[in-house]
Amino acid sequence: MRPGSATTAGEEKRMAEDGKEESAATGDSDQPAAGLDSTVTTMVEEGSTLLRRMEISVAEAEKRSGKNSVNMQETFTVYLIETRPMDAIAEGRNPAPDSLWRRYSEFELLRNYLLVTYPFIVVPPLPEKRAEFVWHKLSADNMDPDFVERRRVGLENFLLRVASHPILSNDKILYHFLTEEHGWKEVVYDTGFQAKADSRLRALSATFRVRNPDKRFVDMKHYSDELQSHTSQLLRARARVADRLYGVYKVHGNYGRVFSEWSAIEKEMGDGLQSAGHHMDAYAASIDDILEEEEHYADQLKEYLFYAEALRAVCRKHELTQFELEMATQDLVSKKQQREELATGIVRTFSFKGMTNKLFGQEAPEQREARLKLLEELIAEGEESVKEKTAECEEHVEGGWVDMQRFKEQKDKDLREALINYAIMQISMCKKGIQVWSNAKECFLKM
Amino acid sequence: MSSPTVPADFSGHMLDLDEDEDLEVFTKKTSMTDGSPMPNSPSSMVNQYGLDEEEEEQGTSTKDIFITVDNPESQVTAIETFIMYRVVTKTTRSEFDSSEYEVRRRYQDFVWLRGRLEESQPTLIVHPLPEKFVMKGMVERFNEDFIETRRKALHRFLNKISEHPILSSSEHFKVFLTAQELTPHRKQGPSFLSRMGETVRAVANSVRGLRSRPEEFVIMQEYVEDFSNKISSMDKVTQRIIKEQKEYLDELGQYSPTYTQWAGAEEELAEPLKGMAGCVELCNKETEELISHLADVLVPALHEYVLCAETLKTVMKRRDNIQADFESKSEALAAKKVDQEALKEEVDALADRVELANNALKGDWSRWQNSMRTDLKSAFVATAEKNVEYYEKCLAVWERFLLSQRTEPSEEQAGEDAS
Repeated sequence: MRPGSATTAGEEKRMAEDGKEESAATGDSDQPAAGLDSTVTTMVEEGSTLLRRMEISVAEAEKRSGKNSVNMQETFTVYLIETRPMDAIAEGRNPAPDSLWRRYSEFELLRNYLLVTYPFIVVPPLPEKRAEFVWHKLSADNMDPDFVERRRVGLENFLLRVASHPILSNDKILYHFLTEEHGWKEVVYDTGFQAKADSRLRALSATFRVRNPDKRFVDMKHYSDELQSHTSQLLRARARVADRLYGVYKVHGNYGRVFSEWSAIEKEMGDGLQSAGHHMDAYAASIDDILEEEEHYADQLKEYLFYAEALRAVCRKHELTQFELEMATQDLVSKKQQREELATGIVRTFSFKGMTNKLFGQEAPEQREARLKLLEELIAEGEESVKEKTAECEEHVEGGWVDMQRFKEQKDKDLREALINYAIMQISMCKKGIQVWSNAKECFLKM
Repeated sequence: MSSPTVPADFSGHMLDLDEDEDLEVFTKKTSMTDGSPMPNSPSSMVNQYGLDEEEEEQGTSTKDIFITVDNPESQVTAIETFIMYRVVTKTTRSEFDSSEYEVRRRYQDFVWLRGRLEESQPTLIVHPLPEKFVMKGMVERFNEDFIETRRKALHRFLNKISEHPILSSSEHFKVFLTAQELTPHRKQGPSFLSRMGETVRAVANSVRGLRSRPEEFVIMQEYVEDFSNKISSMDKVTQRIIKEQKEYLDELGQYSPTYTQWAGAEEELAEPLKGMAGCVELCNKETEELISHLADVLVPALHEYVLCAETLKTVMKRRDNIQADFESKSEALAAKKVDQEALKEEVDALADRVELANNALKGDWSRWQNSMRTDLKSAFVATAEKNVEYYEKCLAVWERFLLSQRTEPSEEQAGEDAS
């Protein structure tokens, strides 16, 4: 196993071969849930996804210095992406991986491109840009090695999720991201996605009233808000609990110090006190690893906190397309009405032309003909537009609904797994506590 | 300051307990009691020392007196309000006329008893009483917890006295346990003026300084200083642990509802999320129990010995004074030319007094050390056991949850349909 890698080749292979969605809770998977090794809970779908053909990992992280866009010196972290062809591994050959370095900002660029290009897909989120929900010990410093390590794992998780998605995994830009170190950025910008990205952002925050949104999307949007609110509350509460628990454990270190000093002045009690003191020190020190592991649980929850945003975006996109369809339909209706009025002379709707006709007399037949012709053209365009938008809307609804279902199942499985991981961590913590205090008791009995 | 087994970057988090001013809990220093002892008789006292070893391993089989302090009731008079405790004694000792007594006593009565015991045996280690007041937190005298803590300490006090080979045969002790009305007995005692005179002499002696303290008492003095520091630190650390545990408990209380609330928005996940909330709540309860143990068992035990340390210091000062008295008189004897006979008698008496005082303290010292070791050992063992129990119970909670989550989905369906 490569150092620093979050997954092994064997695990990748097994996951790639698992066409069925097995419940991770049956205990078949021997992924060490609570270890630093693997927090990957990516499900692999049926069908040929990129992940089946290629082994992907984010193997390392390194600090670099360089000049940025405004020619100022800056320090940043780069991540090593390694890929190997799956068939070579299956054949037993062990080729050296292809690799390239990418910064976090490049991952962001990739994701933004995906968001714009596949608006009906719940696009997997990136790990957080800055450390949030920290409890006191964790620094909020992006350069902190623990933070960088957890980010490495998160970035790998992102790539694995994208590469195993039935639709996203076929994207060419994704493939280039993984294989072409230089010139990738230019290729992305060439797609022209940036323009769409700006209008997307505007649309997402705009307020408009949709008449007939698909109820399922309305409900999902509501759910995404709930998911966001609940996960963030949970994360906040968990961080505070972690902070307090840290305090409890560390204070016991003082017992260690006092026992040690006290043992020096006692005869019969000395040995018992001294060794009990060592156990108290061990107890105080044990909390660091315990809480470090818990951070992985927090990361799993954070992923779904960020997923909630992606889910919401899909729902909003539906509202937007539905709204545009409604606008286009309405426009077409009003134009048809105008044509009818022009043709029959019966005014049903208010128009300035109608008013001026009444005030200044009807227009000449040639003018009327010209206007009718224009209207017919506009109506023809309008009908095309409605047809397009209806198709777009339907496509979005269909694709979006399928992906939201896929997301829901993935979410239920992943989060259940996360809760189980948490329980396992708690069990481990309790076992350590039992051991330390049993040892301490033995020492006290020797007093 | 950090111990070598703790990683360096966390040593900064180790508490500097000297900053915890708010944890000061001390009485006013007790004044020196009358320095002149009234031993029952030198020979009877010498005989008593031999009983120390047997007495130390006292089980209920050798115990011939059982005392309980309970039933606090407040009494209101025109002048004041105070608490009366019921003291019940059951005994087979021959010096008691009856085998059972029930009396009512207030805190002042206990103070009187202790004063008389110290006065009659100035260099014996008389178990301390709970404090008059607690400075921290402005605890009321009539607060339930305070009364209960005090009651337990008074109970322990009387039982410690009854276990002491010499003190338990004190006439004052008997009167305390048996007399319906204590006030007539309380009127007797050294006058205020004579106690004043004693204090003045004690101050004069300490200014003059001791010629030479015997080696064993020098060692004892050093030990008492160190022990006092250590036991105070233990008390403070424990109080701090309780504080941290309480804050942890508060946060746990906020944590479990976040799972319950989230469960409300989920379908498949609702059940495991509710399960999590349940687990956290159960751990919450266990934490409360652990805190109760620390507060009700460990803290009182440690605190008792904080007070003992002060008692020890006082006893050592008294012994020093007795020695100083003797030294000053014997210097006067060496200087004086007339009245040598009378003075010599006085000096001889003082020399005996010094020897008795030293022997009394020496004998009681090892008894006290053993008692301390037993008491603190038992408190620490109980605390370790309580912690093990805490973790065992929490472990069971999480294991049950894990088991419930690892059933097959089909089994789960059946379970849900059934419920």
